[in-house]
Amino acid sequence: MNKRLSWFVLLMLVLGFAFLYGPIVVLVSYSFNDNKLMTLWGGFSTRWYPILLQDEAVLTAAKNSFIIAAVSATFATVQGTMAGYVLARYRKFHGRVAFSGMVTAPLVMPEVITGLSLLLLFKQLDDVIGWPDRMGFTTVILAHITFSMSYVTVVMQSRFSVFDMSLEEAALDLGARPLKTFLLITLPIVAPAVVSGWLLAFTISLDDLVITLYTNGPGSGTLPQLIFSKVRRGVDPTINALATLIITLVASGVITSHILMTRSEKRRQRDIQLALQINK
Amino acid sequence: MASDVPQQTSLPLGGQIRSILIALGFKPRTAVILVPYLWLTIFFVVPCIIILKISFAQTVIAQPPYTPMFGPESVPHDQLFDNFKRLFQDSLYYKAYLNSLNLAFFSTLICLLIGYPMAYGIARCSPSTRALLLLAIILPFWTSFLIRVYAWKSILSKEGVVNDLLLGLGIIDEPLLILYTPAAMYIGVVYTYLPFMILPLYANLEKMDLSLLEAAADLGCRPLKAFCVITIPLSLPGIIAGALLVFIPAVGEYVIPELLGGPNALMIGKVVADEFFQNRDWPMASAVAVAILIILVIPIMAFQYFQGKAQEAPK
Repeated sequence: MNKRLSWFVLLMLVLGFAFLYGPIVVLVSYSFNDNKLMTLWGGFSTRWYPILLQDEAVLTAAKNSFIIAAVSATFATVQGTMAGYVLARYRKFHGRVAFSGMVTAPLVMPEVITGLSLLLLFKQLDDVIGWPDRMGFTTVILAHITFSMSYVTVVMQSRFSVFDMSLEEAALDLGARPLKTFLLITLPIVAPAVVSGWLLAFTISLDDLVITLYTNGPGSGTLPQLIFSKVRRGVDPTINALATLIITLVASGVITSHILMTRSEKRRQRDIQLALQINK
Repeated sequence: MASDVPQQTSLPLGGQIRSILIALGFKPRTAVILVPYLWLTIFFVVPCIIILKISFAQTVIAQPPYTPMFGPESVPHDQLFDNFKRLFQDSLYYKAYLNSLNLAFFSTLICLLIGYPMAYGIARCSPSTRALLLLAIILPFWTSFLIRVYAWKSILSKEGVVNDLLLGLGIIDEPLLILYTPAAMYIGVVYTYLPFMILPLYANLEKMDLSLLEAAADLGCRPLKAFCVITIPLSLPGIIAGALLVFIPAVGEYVIPELLGGPNALMIGKVVADEFFQNRDWPMASAVAVAILIILVIPIMAFQYFQGKAQEAPK
């Protein structure tokens, strides 16, 4: 391949990654800056961390965020797994086109529209059946399930579409019920994908701001809502500390799920190799 | 298929419930389809219908604060499209649309110019390096979007890193005003959506048959020409997917203009929020949102079409 081209590509890679990681590095290093005026370096200090961890508002918002993310990720994973299974296995059923459209549409729907339309739904429901009365945990969780289940569906659909059916067929031939087969054979095999689907849904929910702004009410404010209202007013050194903690947490989550996936993939490849060798 | 298994002897109660359900024509398979189907109908399709309905109404001081669809108080037929007409008449609205489309279009273009060489480079690495670099692309994409936008706020400020660097190098004499300008918004959008561009491009370039390039070289084609006439046309599906993944969410972007664009940034995502929360004009907010959807319907359909093709393709 042309030398000059590779040189150019290499340069773009270096610059591109510097662009992606530079701001994160700056942010993390500011969190250890003693100076209250963030942009002036006042020496190394961890003083913003204790201040942050004693802030009641931050702790409450973090707790709310975790509750919302954990509950909505769990429901989204169950539904997303079902939807992914349906799309990968049931090639033909009434309304399949509509179904696959509905599943992928929330992925590309601008958040402003999703947020506003869900808020209007809740208001309308309240007028008609007197529920949900006011915005809060329930409405945010329902909204988060709806958009994060689409992501889980994509993960599960691609997992189910490379699934080796012969294992299930063997179980069924030996007399296992479909449900039992699913729980004992299918689910354990796709478990790594389920875990990464859950983590994906959890992270997306934890990260969401726009849809939450529309569907949340007082008393259940999330961490992004708190950060947004603070940084809108200006820069705040405790937010840097908070950001560093969140980045560490999310990064370890993503890396863990990546390792899980790679491992199970490697094991699968090895099993296939072994099976092929035995068959010879 | 899972449900076509011969019946087994079973627990008395469970088996009975099962056979009753099956007798009613309710197969397990139907339940698996029905649960996500109903959910998405209630929480995705119905809200879209409601927002469309309200976009034709007029605002009134009542609970709910808009006119009903039917009955004596409903909007007269000749005024049904008044909200949409206002979008063309009031410069606040059409300027906001133009600004948002501009931001989305040029950000997409810049993402493509940065993302293409990066995706190309990653696709040509050894498999183990590739996995590592891909993870490095995905990682910032999951580390809180809001925080990454906020990071730019301090970097681009008057005393920020960028100005420090430029002043230190003697390139400029006075700090540049970058924060709260359109430039800051472009940086924010490109930064946030770059991974969305790189991932589909990479997926496409990685699958490319390199022997085509070798054949071209053997036949005397220059590398740059081979790149233009072979690599780029073959990667077109990746370019389209990446461009749509950046363009569509960037049009409705709310947080980036709010944090980096300053108070004067007139963007459509912000207009929706202001109409709803500040003016309490539900019909107008709905109409603005519906119009965004109308603008985006072709890009969204195109994306669905390519996504469907990719999913159906044999692996």
